[in-house]
Amino acid sequence: MNSIFNFLVILLILLNFRLISSSRLMPCIHVLVIQALILSGVAWMTHQGHMSLHLYFMLVVNVFLKAAVLPWMLTRVVQKNIISRELDPLVGYSPSLIIGVVLLGISVMISRPLSLSHTLIEDLFLPVSLFTLFSGLFMIIARKKAITQVLGYMVMENGIYTFGVAMAIHEPLIVELSVLLDVFVAVLIMGVAIFHISREFNHIDTDRLSVLRDL
Amino acid sequence: MIWALLILPASLGLFCLLSRSSNLCRYLLVISALCHSTMVLILACHREQTISSQWIGLDDAGLLFLAITSLLFLGAAVYTFGYLKAEGDSPIKDIEEHFFFKNSHNAVFVGCMLFFLATMTLVTVSRHLGLMWVAIEATTLSSAPLIYYHRHHRSLEAVWKYILICSVGIALAMLGNFFIVVAGTHIEGAGPLLALDDLIGHASSLNPTWMKAAFVLCLVGYGTKMGLAPMHNWLPDAHSEAPSSISALLSGALLNCAFLVLLRIHTVMITAGLGDTSRMLFVLLGLISLGFAAVFIIGQKDFKRMLAYSSVEHMGIIALGLGIGGMGITGSLFHAVNHSLIKGMLFMTAGNIMAAYQTKTIADVKGLMYTRPFTAMLWLAGAMAIVGMPPFGIFLSELTILGAMLDTGRFFVAGAYLLALGIIFAALTAKVLPMIFSPPTDPLQTTPDENNAKKLSLKKEPVWSIAPLAFFGFLSFVLGIYMPPWLSGLLDGVSRSLGGQ
Repeated sequence: MNSIFNFLVILLILLNFRLISSSRLMPCIHVLVIQALILSGVAWMTHQGHMSLHLYFMLVVNVFLKAAVLPWMLTRVVQKNIISRELDPLVGYSPSLIIGVVLLGISVMISRPLSLSHTLIEDLFLPVSLFTLFSGLFMIIARKKAITQVLGYMVMENGIYTFGVAMAIHEPLIVELSVLLDVFVAVLIMGVAIFHISREFNHIDTDRLSVLRDL
Repeated sequence: MIWALLILPASLGLFCLLSRSSNLCRYLLVISALCHSTMVLILACHREQTISSQWIGLDDAGLLFLAITSLLFLGAAVYTFGYLKAEGDSPIKDIEEHFFFKNSHNAVFVGCMLFFLATMTLVTVSRHLGLMWVAIEATTLSSAPLIYYHRHHRSLEAVWKYILICSVGIALAMLGNFFIVVAGTHIEGAGPLLALDDLIGHASSLNPTWMKAAFVLCLVGYGTKMGLAPMHNWLPDAHSEAPSSISALLSGALLNCAFLVLLRIHTVMITAGLGDTSRMLFVLLGLISLGFAAVFIIGQKDFKRMLAYSSVEHMGIIALGLGIGGMGITGSLFHAVNHSLIKGMLFMTAGNIMAAYQTKTIADVKGLMYTRPFTAMLWLAGAMAIVGMPPFGIFLSELTILGAMLDTGRFFVAGAYLLALGIIFAALTAKVLPMIFSPPTDPLQTTPDENNAKKLSLKKEPVWSIAPLAFFGFLSFVLGIYMPPWLSGLLDGVSRSLGGQ
């Protein structure tokens, strides 16, 4: 069991590096799908002994939204706008990798005093969830295309979900469902906004959204 | 009754979205705002009968902010009623860059406004941190189409920043919620702790390290929504590009809602014995907000952005008051009430000025007193109130907070507070007074005949654009000289739950 968890943790870390070092959008979306599948797998494994009906339901909804509906929507946006890659990011791809390593170090450092050390899973997953969160934030800051920023937001959400899974946090169904729905609607509205941005400006680079500023 | 408060605006909003009829929607907006306010009033009078579960309930703080939200929404609804009619359906010329754009459909606008009301009500009545998180995120999503009412590139930019920054903030707040749950996992037989009453009940056995980390995350997350610097970047853009009544709602109601959530988490921190950490962070962010606002108001050329930065300032003052504690808590809550009234009034007055002069630039507005006397009076009164001149309520609350600072011996904080307030006082007055009193340059706007001018200006200032604003100003004026006993009872109740006096 532990070796499987170790393997998944390393896989999650590598996937994050893949995300922050890749310029192509479609592979990034695929990575998001894999991440969502791994997280659901972890959730299933941690609760194998005591799966209730509502946990199964949550898992199914989660997989359905994060691994099917949202990637499908983003793929459509990518295809409609005929963009395949992020050119000329604010931070280049090699520096991004180095920053990624630094972020990983920071996440390990932050999680050391926080660890409750009940089980091995928690020790492993806290740094990984923080690292995923930071990678998402980094993608939002360092990339220009609106769609990449939405991808970054979803990576952040995955990081938070990782934490929830590892700590076995299970709030009543209603909260979890509405959280999922909120994320779904947020990404949906962002998608609509991207559509308007591309129509208004003929591209979706957010660095040109800079009329409103004070400095 | 509480459920009715939520369901009524939500269902009417859905009806508006489906009906696609502009006129019907305008009437529905005012009617539902009236119903909502009436229900809040009834609820306030019969508080003993309100149901209270783990999820939904109405305590002192919730009632206070619910009442402000409802009142402000009523005023904004009346204003919007006239505003939507005046906007019409034809393409409109942009006032800054002179291209033509269209507005989004009125039915969508009104529908989203009602959803916005429902979600803000949900924030004020929820007793569960998870539900609060959902409600705050829902306010972002339902208000985004409102900011993008004018379909042009500047409002699109504003709405993109708004959604992205607030969503990131709210994601961090969710992690904060998870941390709170983790802080309570070792407590036997409690289950996942997120309901406010459970949390306060078990507060003493929460893990302090995780609680502190959770508070930092929540403060950053909800602080983004509340407009505390340095997470305030979305605020000036969204406030300056949204229609004026929406700016008033964002500033007067939405920021307060985010503050309310922070207040709840602060309560948990205090009962957990970690009040010093949270107080220190509130003071720190409050001072940073004051500093940012002071710097950016000095150089501001756009009067709506100026008001937006003034909102950052006042949110800073509210956070500061909460962080000082003691009488400062009462002062900060009273400040929130006054700020909502005055800022609502000012933003809608700014809308009147924009309609009259077709500009947002301060230098282009001259002789307001001669062309639009009522708007000029409101603008002057509002500016006086917002910089903290007596006899308006803000003077009283700012003085209370200052008193609390001196009582607790924080002279450095008090000095910085007074310095920032002084700078903002000077900068704002220097910008507002020329707008009102300098002689008008446009010959078309002045008529030689005094009587004729008066008639004309009365015609140009319809009742819907004056009456709600004057009412807000009057209320704040009254609060400055007379504190009704039920309000002081409410404020004391909240203050006591936070360990104040």
